[in-house]
Amino acid sequence: MIPTQFDYVAPGSVDEALAALAQHGDDAKVLAGGQSLLPVLRMRLNAPEVVIDLGKIDALREIRDEGDTITIGAMATYQSILDHTGIKGSLRLLHQAISEVADPQIRHRGTLGGALVHADPAGDCGAPTLALEADLVIQGPSGERTVAATDFFEDLFTTAVGDDELLTAIRFRKHDGWGSHYEKFVRVAHQWPIVSIAAAVKVDGGTISEARIGLVNMGSTALRASATEAALVGAQATAEGVAEACAKAADGTNPPSDLNGDADYRRHLATVLTKRAVLKAAGG
Amino acid sequence: MTATQETSTEPAREIGRDRRRKEDQRLITGRTRWTDNITLPGMLHMAMVRSPFAHATITAIDTTEAAAAPNVVAVYTGKDLDESAGVLINAWPITPDQVTPAHPPLPTDRVSFAGEVVAVVVARSAAEARDAAELVDVDYEELPAALDLKEAAADTVLAHPDLGTNKSALWVFDSQEAGTGGDVEEAIAKARESGVVVEREFRQQRLIPAFMEPRSVVVDPTGEQMTMWSATQIPHIVRFALAATTGVPESKIRVIAPDVGGGFGGKLQVTPEEWMAWWVARQLMKPVKYTETRSESLMAAHHGRDQWQKITLAAEKDGTVTGLKVELLADLGSHVAIVGGGVPVLGAFMFNSIYKFPAYHFACQTVLTNKAWTDAYRGAGRPEATFAIERIMDELALELGREPLELREQNWIRHDEFPFTTVAGLEYDSGNYEEATRKAKESFGYDALRAEQQQRRESGDPVQLGIGISTFTEMCGLAPSRVLGSLDYGAGGWEHASVRMLATGKVEIVTGASAHGQGHETAFSQIVADRLGVPFEDVEVLHGDTQIASKGLDTYGSRSLVVGGEALVKATDKVIEKAKPIAAHLLEADVSDIEFSAGRFSVKGTDQGLAMAEVALATFAAHNLPDGVEPSLDSDATYDPINFNYPHGTHLCAMEVDTETGQVKMRKYTCVDDIGNVINPLIVAGQMHGGLAQGIAQALFEEAVYDDAGTLVSASFVDYLVPTAADLISFDVGHNSTPSLTNTLGTKGVGEAGTIASTPAVVNAVLDAIRQFGVTDITMPCTPERVWRAIQDGTAGAKDPTTGAAAAHFDPATDGAGQSNIADGTEGAGQ
Repeated sequence: MIPTQFDYVAPGSVDEALAALAQHGDDAKVLAGGQSLLPVLRMRLNAPEVVIDLGKIDALREIRDEGDTITIGAMATYQSILDHTGIKGSLRLLHQAISEVADPQIRHRGTLGGALVHADPAGDCGAPTLALEADLVIQGPSGERTVAATDFFEDLFTTAVGDDELLTAIRFRKHDGWGSHYEKFVRVAHQWPIVSIAAAVKVDGGTISEARIGLVNMGSTALRASATEAALVGAQATAEGVAEACAKAADGTNPPSDLNGDADYRRHLATVLTKRAVLKAAGG
Repeated sequence: MTATQETSTEPAREIGRDRRRKEDQRLITGRTRWTDNITLPGMLHMAMVRSPFAHATITAIDTTEAAAAPNVVAVYTGKDLDESAGVLINAWPITPDQVTPAHPPLPTDRVSFAGEVVAVVVARSAAEARDAAELVDVDYEELPAALDLKEAAADTVLAHPDLGTNKSALWVFDSQEAGTGGDVEEAIAKARESGVVVEREFRQQRLIPAFMEPRSVVVDPTGEQMTMWSATQIPHIVRFALAATTGVPESKIRVIAPDVGGGFGGKLQVTPEEWMAWWVARQLMKPVKYTETRSESLMAAHHGRDQWQKITLAAEKDGTVTGLKVELLADLGSHVAIVGGGVPVLGAFMFNSIYKFPAYHFACQTVLTNKAWTDAYRGAGRPEATFAIERIMDELALELGREPLELREQNWIRHDEFPFTTVAGLEYDSGNYEEATRKAKESFGYDALRAEQQQRRESGDPVQLGIGISTFTEMCGLAPSRVLGSLDYGAGGWEHASVRMLATGKVEIVTGASAHGQGHETAFSQIVADRLGVPFEDVEVLHGDTQIASKGLDTYGSRSLVVGGEALVKATDKVIEKAKPIAAHLLEADVSDIEFSAGRFSVKGTDQGLAMAEVALATFAAHNLPDGVEPSLDSDATYDPINFNYPHGTHLCAMEVDTETGQVKMRKYTCVDDIGNVINPLIVAGQMHGGLAQGIAQALFEEAVYDDAGTLVSASFVDYLVPTAADLISFDVGHNSTPSLTNTLGTKGVGEAGTIASTPAVVNAVLDAIRQFGVTDITMPCTPERVWRAIQDGTAGAKDPTTGAAAAHFDPATDGAGQSNIADGTEGAGQ
């Protein structure tokens, strides 16, 4: 499989990358880990004139523990995130979801930032990013801005990152004291989730005091199950206690139909899997 | 020459040793001669322009822009071809009146499946050829496409309007007509009155062989013999077919299958891509190469299975089976491929399986459609047959309220009844179904799992347990030539081997069974090492090049060991016989006093002897040979099997079904197979595990899905789900060997056994877990969605075909978003 011919630039800094984006505009594609872009190029579904490779910008690969927050550079690979002890301890939901992305080869190449900007609604990373209420740091010609996760995903393959901007980092507040679970539903291990649920809950004395539920592949973007989140507050952390709230998990969603399941099946799965995820999160 | 006198100790026997495969280092590292690794001076590259439509008239092809693109040497369409391009043959017309569409390498005026090649671009690099292929402008006028098999069989839409029908051939076997059994209609009528009749319809979904190495071909037209390297299973048959259809004398053609990365039947084919490479190279008198992409491979390399099976089983009330009637519809795709309609016919003799049916009727209607053509895929006809019989034996058990294993035992051939001639006319030489089943039940923990199943049902556990059974047999070792002749197959089924004794005592053996990953080099070395008493490392196995292995019928149908191995045994024995008079002469003994054992010729009753290597060196020097003896030990043999052989086994599968989601999970899989004597247990284990994985994949994961327009939806590994080790459990694989009586080594085939046996075991297990919800059948693959809906509906489950688009990750069609949104630059940092 051979892509169409393109020019290749590998800027050494974010400023150089932004300059390259400004110069080439719509004709350019940004290459992060390449785990989605390269198949797209090789299948000739896209034919950019220029590929801007961020792989030489070491600063984008940093993961910084800042006390209350952890900031992950957009070019940090899945594996480097898994290897980070702070993330394993304080962002268990993200850690678990990333540990289930595809296969080891992809986890050593693919990046969290790349996945989020690619914005495949079936990707594993969008839902935990929403559930953990991350902030996304975007740089453009006019400087840096921060977008909340809830405002980041706009549509299928579409985010708040403008044509002339780059996602540079993802900032997570540490979630010590929260229970979490990522419940992934697949037919074979290496496929994208048919549906996944990223659940984070706070439990006080057997009662859920706060809940965040992210949904994978239940619409054109990663989503939050807000009705369920609201209904869980005050619920007993038991199968009976959460049942009613979790039955709302698919409310307002518009999931796709494909070879793995029709929309109504996905809506059913969302309710069952949300209940399982919440109970596991509450129990752990 | 001095006779050596040391007494050699008996070398360790090679047969039965779990030798690591000698070919694996080069195959696994890829540092070897894959076809795509071949580069020749001045070599040109081809790219294919393929039809996006299932059925359309080609109204115009404009190649001007492509021809003018950088470094493009030529562009060809169907109209450019002459007779020397040849045709793609069907080697097995299953009836004299079979309707067979003409099959030139490129069509001239009409395409008949999405993926068919309509033009070929030749350029100095593969990238330039690909770029220019995008510039070929083809005008199509779309025609209605024959897609659904049942509709196609009713001739509602014609796949080839000029033929006037989609019905290609109706092949019938009837036991009463053949004199091998009674009248099945009578048996069914009687059972309707006083017994029980079970009628079911099963769907064999379309599968894609999905070999690891995509197909590749290189042709060098220079030199006295033109050479084709091809990633094929069948270099000898390709050579014959090129000679038969292109006008080039067979003696001018050399075909080489270098290392070939898997086939599973998918490379048992003659392809438009090979034929075009051959023709283009001759046109330009330059070497050319073509290697397909994975997308092209999934779309245009042949598919497998794709049948509707209507099964009627008659039995007495006590469970004794009295008749079996099989009515098949088999989807050929757009053309009758090389084996084509012969694949279901290979299953015709296997539906009766291990059971003593007194009456049997089989009828198969092959049907043309506008989809990729179908042909052999691991098991070829026999998995389909095994699925149907093992599913319906469970249905009979259910109907009668009987334990399914006991019901099978009541009807199967007892071990003291071998040899047994079946209602389909085959003579099963050996087997022991009772013992294989006993061992399997014990290892599986059958009774404990049944108890757990009962307990889960009673407690209403959301996760239910089911147990599936498949007591299968198959026919393999294709094939006695006389049988093939009686079935109108275009070739024989013999195999050839030669053994060359080199001066240094090393041995080269040549086999016509060209391997594509099976481990022939290791297993054949073990056989010869034992027989000649030479070290395993001293044996080299040569194959896959018609200049070296001039005679052969290649690898498929679990034939290499049982047919090719027997040819090798015979050739090796001839070497020993040729060496004896020379050894006797050197030892100054009478030839009748010479004994050969453990690599040594010795004089009976003395300690005088010569090693094989010494005799080989003496023969090479030829200084002191008996009068009239030729100075060569080299020998060859061509072996035509007298019968198929019949591996069998008992496969038991436990599946857990999550009734809330429909998710299925394999809990335990035990099989005890009888494959006769084992040459290399490690290779056998690999064949069993891989074979099981492919059969399980049919039950649970894989399906080639076309949409209403005839576009292959499962056109990448995103949507065509091939399981990996992560999706399977560790199988419990055992053996119970009764040696085959039809070959010297006592071996039976193993390459297809796991695939043939496992599919019904898994589906029976899934069904067994959820029958209490009223579920009577689930169409394969048993996806979580299908299982969940079956439980919800409490009926026959989803008999509907799989529908839906490809997942959106790479599909530009989905919501118009995949491509356009990526293209407009919003992907940002990419992934």
